[in-house]
Amino acid sequence: MSQPTEDPKEKPKRWIYIIPLVLFSVLMIVFFIGLGLNPRLLPSPLIDQPAPGFNLARLKAPDEMISQDVLKGEPSLLNIWATWCVSCRVEHPVLMKIAASKEVPIFGLFYKDERSKGLAWLKDYGDPYVASGMDLDGKIAIDWGLYGAPETFVIDKDGVIRYKHVGPITWDDWQNILLPKIKSLRAGSGV
Amino acid sequence: MIPELGHFALILALSVALVQAIIPGMGLLRRRPDWMAVARPAALLQFVLVLAGYGILTYSFIVHDFSVLYVANTSNSELPLIYRISGVWGAHEGSLLLWVMILSTWTAIIAVYSKRYPADISAGVISVLGFISIGFLLFSLFTSNPFTRVFPAPFDGADLNPLLQDPVMAIHPPMLYMGYVGFAVPFAFAITALVQGRLDAAWARWVRPWALIAWVCLTAGIGLGSWWAYYELGWGGWWFWDPVENASFMPWLTGTALIHSLAVTEKRNALRNWTILLAIISFSLSLLGTFLVRSGVLTSVHAFASDPTRGVFILVFLGLVVGISFSLFAIRAWQLRTKTAFSLISREMALLTNSVFLLVTMLTVLLGTLYPLILEAMGGGKISVGPPYFSRVFIPLMIPVVILVGVGSFIKWREQKLSELVDNLRRPAIFALVFASALLIVLPGKASFTAWFGLLLAFWVINSAIAQLVHRLRNTQNTMRGLKRIPRGWYGMITAHIGLVFTVIGIALSSVYSQEQDLHMAPGDERTLGEYRFEFVGVERKDGPNYSADVGTIDIYKKDKRMLTLHPEKRIYNVRKNMMTEAAINSNLLRDLYVSLGEQRDPDTNAWSVRLYYKPFILWIWLGGLVMVLGGLIAVTDKRYRIEVKQEKLKLNSNHVPAN
Repeated sequence: MSQPTEDPKEKPKRWIYIIPLVLFSVLMIVFFIGLGLNPRLLPSPLIDQPAPGFNLARLKAPDEMISQDVLKGEPSLLNIWATWCVSCRVEHPVLMKIAASKEVPIFGLFYKDERSKGLAWLKDYGDPYVASGMDLDGKIAIDWGLYGAPETFVIDKDGVIRYKHVGPITWDDWQNILLPKIKSLRAGSGV
Repeated sequence: MIPELGHFALILALSVALVQAIIPGMGLLRRRPDWMAVARPAALLQFVLVLAGYGILTYSFIVHDFSVLYVANTSNSELPLIYRISGVWGAHEGSLLLWVMILSTWTAIIAVYSKRYPADISAGVISVLGFISIGFLLFSLFTSNPFTRVFPAPFDGADLNPLLQDPVMAIHPPMLYMGYVGFAVPFAFAITALVQGRLDAAWARWVRPWALIAWVCLTAGIGLGSWWAYYELGWGGWWFWDPVENASFMPWLTGTALIHSLAVTEKRNALRNWTILLAIISFSLSLLGTFLVRSGVLTSVHAFASDPTRGVFILVFLGLVVGISFSLFAIRAWQLRTKTAFSLISREMALLTNSVFLLVTMLTVLLGTLYPLILEAMGGGKISVGPPYFSRVFIPLMIPVVILVGVGSFIKWREQKLSELVDNLRRPAIFALVFASALLIVLPGKASFTAWFGLLLAFWVINSAIAQLVHRLRNTQNTMRGLKRIPRGWYGMITAHIGLVFTVIGIALSSVYSQEQDLHMAPGDERTLGEYRFEFVGVERKDGPNYSADVGTIDIYKKDKRMLTLHPEKRIYNVRKNMMTEAAINSNLLRDLYVSLGEQRDPDTNAWSVRLYYKPFILWIWLGGLVMVLGGLIAVTDKRYRIEVKQEKLKLNSNHVPAN
């Protein structure tokens, strides 16, 4: 066994040992500021920008493609979903009700998942989407500035993003936020 | 009256914990042996009092005392005895009490064996454990009292969550908690060393068995939890990157790093501060895990906010523990450092690299777990980053870890020539390539890179272990005697590494070769998966003790010969009206056949939705966990942790003189 030896000439680098404390303090500060802030929505640089382009195979008919052009013509929702996403399962019945109300067409972006699982999901729980594009590697979602799933974008008749909802849509969210937005978009455009 | 006695016992335990924390702690700082001597009796007394409180709560469960709110919320008169006993930790209040119970048990064990350690060290350790106990007892008494009465007492209880009415789920939480609490002991040793500003040469040897036991319990707990999720949830999955799972996995990752870093500190007296840091982090994550799982923060930040006392207490307690520990580390750690040199190619370096990888892996899991919480706290709604994130970051980080397992246990301490190391490792590597490729050809199913790579990693570690054994025996004439001379610690290490390999094999092969079908079946329908044909016979109604069930019958044929019949169930529990899936599984080492029953689709034809799975080698995942546990247990029984008792006494008299 070699004995630990001290070299008196070398100054110990004491600042290294402070790093864990500093990192932890930063984390705590971020956390407390985070808890203190309460913006209802996360700012998205995409608001009032044209929807980012995509050209994806459809989940139910992989020979057909859908692109951002399907979002034009009338206001629509683009919902990002996946079968691994527990919150999406919570949100799903609400989407079914929205689809049944025929207020607005819902398009899906099927995100980082496997086609077979997505098909089973739609078969088991129902399909609220006009069509779902398969973004299996999540590249398109990056263009859309995705935080996670589920997220829903409100898009106007010109294909411009007007609102972004992070997390599952509840029936209240639909009634109080999304539906009024869509109604005003329709009114504004005279449709 | 009896529940009030339990409450009173906990209050007394709190006051004893105050004594246990403060007096020996002051004794350590002021170097007063008479104050330090308080540690032992205080720890034992606290243990007796907590045991009394815990026993009384269990008694209230057994006799169906529904005037106790907690019992009324988590038990029911129909609940079988075993689940009334395990129901004690079936919800937040009781599991906190279980935590304190395990903590005081382990403190008592340290107190009983306190002669193993110098008086000042055992006083310091017991004092630190006392402080932790104070925190938990305060939390229990002021925010989560299990003995609160309800008046008028309800006629019957609300029943234990049916998910928890399962033998594995009954022992899973205590296992996990023994792991979590186990890391309190290395933590207490680390804090004591920091407070004293010196680290005894035997320090790592004292801490190692504790860290190992904690790691063993945590491994067992995680393994049981994953197995339970597999057969109980009915989705055929075994790991979901669920925040609750991550909460137990994070301390496991750093705990694994800790036991390896401790090896370096013990053998070479190096990496002392790294070891101390890992001990602090492992325990902090254990605290985080305990709180996250039971406080409801993870189900939703809103649950956290709905009971602000608990939430604020949790944050303050965590902040205090981690903040004080890291501050001590910042002030004192530099005094503990050593200048034990080791080169870039040495076992020290291999183990250090591995523990860095494990720490980084933990941080990525932490990020993926907390990020959705923080986002939700900021008002962003509940999103998931989900398995795509975790598998993308986790697998690339684990591959070097497994490669280093093969290198790290083979490489020499201090320094080794690269050419020599390459020479030693060449043969295991070549054989791994050959075996993995050969096995891939033999295996049914199409060739896959993932399967091949998994097998390659597995054989790499196994071959390296065999090569080490041969290397160790190269100078012995008598093989049996040579095998006996190898310390148990080495066998334990190799066993645990083989366990890891089993898990890698299970994950790689089951993820590649599994087949699943999700379909509607009416009696007489059949479907083929792999070489098995599943025939749906029908569903019948049956009643259990506290539930009623739909029991399916599915015959499975192989080459037109009936092999077996599976009976998946769909249960509805009488009290809570929860629907529970009981999957039916037939397991062997080569494959699992797994059937779970969904909803009835068509009452006329008796058609049901059914999930069929064929999962090759999946059992290896948990078998690997079991072997890892075994390896840890073998290592704990190494003689040097026992002989040390006598040696330490001698050493104590000769060179370790506490300044008093």
